[in-house]
Amino acid sequence: MCDQTFLAITFGPCDSCSENRPLMNLYIKTEPINYCSLCMEIMACQGLASGETLKSLKAESETLRKKLEEERKKLHDVELEKVAEKAEALGELNMKTRRTLKGHGNKVLCMDWCKDKRRIVSSSQDGKVIVWDAFTTNKEHAVTMPTTWVMACAYAPSGCAIACGGLDNKCSVYPLSLDKDENLAAKKKSVAMHTNYLSGCTFTNSDMQILTSSGDGTSALWDVESGQLLQSFHGHSADVLTLDLAPSETGNTFVSGGSDKKANVWDLRSGQNVQSFDTHDSDINCVKYYPSGDAFASASDDSTCRLFDLRADREVSIYSKDSIMFGAASVDFSLSGRLLFAGYNDYTINVWDVLKGTRVAILFGHENRVSSLRVSPDGTAFCSGSWDNTLRVRQEGRGVGRELKQGGTTLYG
Amino acid sequence: MCFNRGVWRPTYLSKMQSSSNTARARRAVQQLRIEASIERIKVSKASADLMHYCGEQGKYDPLLMGIPASENPFKDKKPCTIL
Repeated sequence: MCDQTFLAITFGPCDSCSENRPLMNLYIKTEPINYCSLCMEIMACQGLASGETLKSLKAESETLRKKLEEERKKLHDVELEKVAEKAEALGELNMKTRRTLKGHGNKVLCMDWCKDKRRIVSSSQDGKVIVWDAFTTNKEHAVTMPTTWVMACAYAPSGCAIACGGLDNKCSVYPLSLDKDENLAAKKKSVAMHTNYLSGCTFTNSDMQILTSSGDGTSALWDVESGQLLQSFHGHSADVLTLDLAPSETGNTFVSGGSDKKANVWDLRSGQNVQSFDTHDSDINCVKYYPSGDAFASASDDSTCRLFDLRADREVSIYSKDSIMFGAASVDFSLSGRLLFAGYNDYTINVWDVLKGTRVAILFGHENRVSSLRVSPDGTAFCSGSWDNTLRVRQEGRGVGRELKQGGTTLYG
Repeated sequence: MCFNRGVWRPTYLSKMQSSSNTARARRAVQQLRIEASIERIKVSKASADLMHYCGEQGKYDPLLMGIPASENPFKDKKPCTIL
């Protein structure tokens, strides 16, 4: 882990020497301790004095790791796939493209739905951020950012603002005006400041706070109004590429994934890393919570997607095929969590049966990598953004609600 | 200035790294202690709960079940005859 990322994160009185200095935030036995870097060094040397050598710490580290592995193994009594054999089989899916949103001049890097289930915000490599009405395909707003590679964008819960950022290392919030002619850039507010590119951003439950992830290896929670840093999250040893907030019913946590191949779960209030998963073989490009909040899925450059259960504290399913050789860039669950949509660098979208681990559909249509994929808030459609400069909105095409046979075990279409 | 992990940083920061190895190892041990102490459930129970959730919510999932055209805001409005 790189110590540089700790510097100047918070500024205030040191717990040890009481001087106002840039503080390093540390947890000892779940107690937060804010020492300045000088006192931190002194404490580290004192640790040495009390017989705790680097060697003994490394040995303890190894023992703890082995213990963790054993504990997880003990509870691994069955595979999810086996349990899911009892589940109803899915019929054939027939996903149809309902809208193609054209207008970006370059690769679409990120997109997000508005809570009204009809508006979409998307950002692209050339610095443009566009707000679309997906029903009519009209562009409602367009902003040109003073940076290229806008890798992250998000819609505020109220629908009245958008947040975006990228190579400028910042996350900026633009209030959306009802007046279409108004210059949005004039009202722009810089909220987050990182020391490397912004890879992801999301509003929390209100318009007032934003959670960001960055190439500087940290994630952070910010107050939108004042731009103040409320909490920072350290633990990744490389770029943090993605984050997702837990569904509001399940509490104050979020999961992040990084170039260090790890997915970490964090407590928003304390900043503590509460769980860590490191079974991927390459960068984790996207993480998404399962709708119930008890699990999350990840998409990685190792061409697999995986499901991690939080209460079992382990990976419970892997979605892969020998024929899929390109990295997965983005995932999202359908409303019930039964389907997992994943966009890949080979221009396709694979739809997986989350429980059985099998692929149920391949969707073609994009002419370049699928970079971003989200299911709409009411689950009626999903939108994919691609390096072919377009976004596509797709739905299940049968058009008629399926019937469940009474008391039966198969679904008809 | 030196080039470290893809970013230019002042040299004194890199020097500090080696003397904080102990601090870093201690932080790693603290983190592992926290992770080792959490409560876990069996995969069988976790799987059963996931299946239960899918089963319960599946009938309300439009991407799974489809949507009647009359309720579908994305369906193009076309003249149709009622059979």
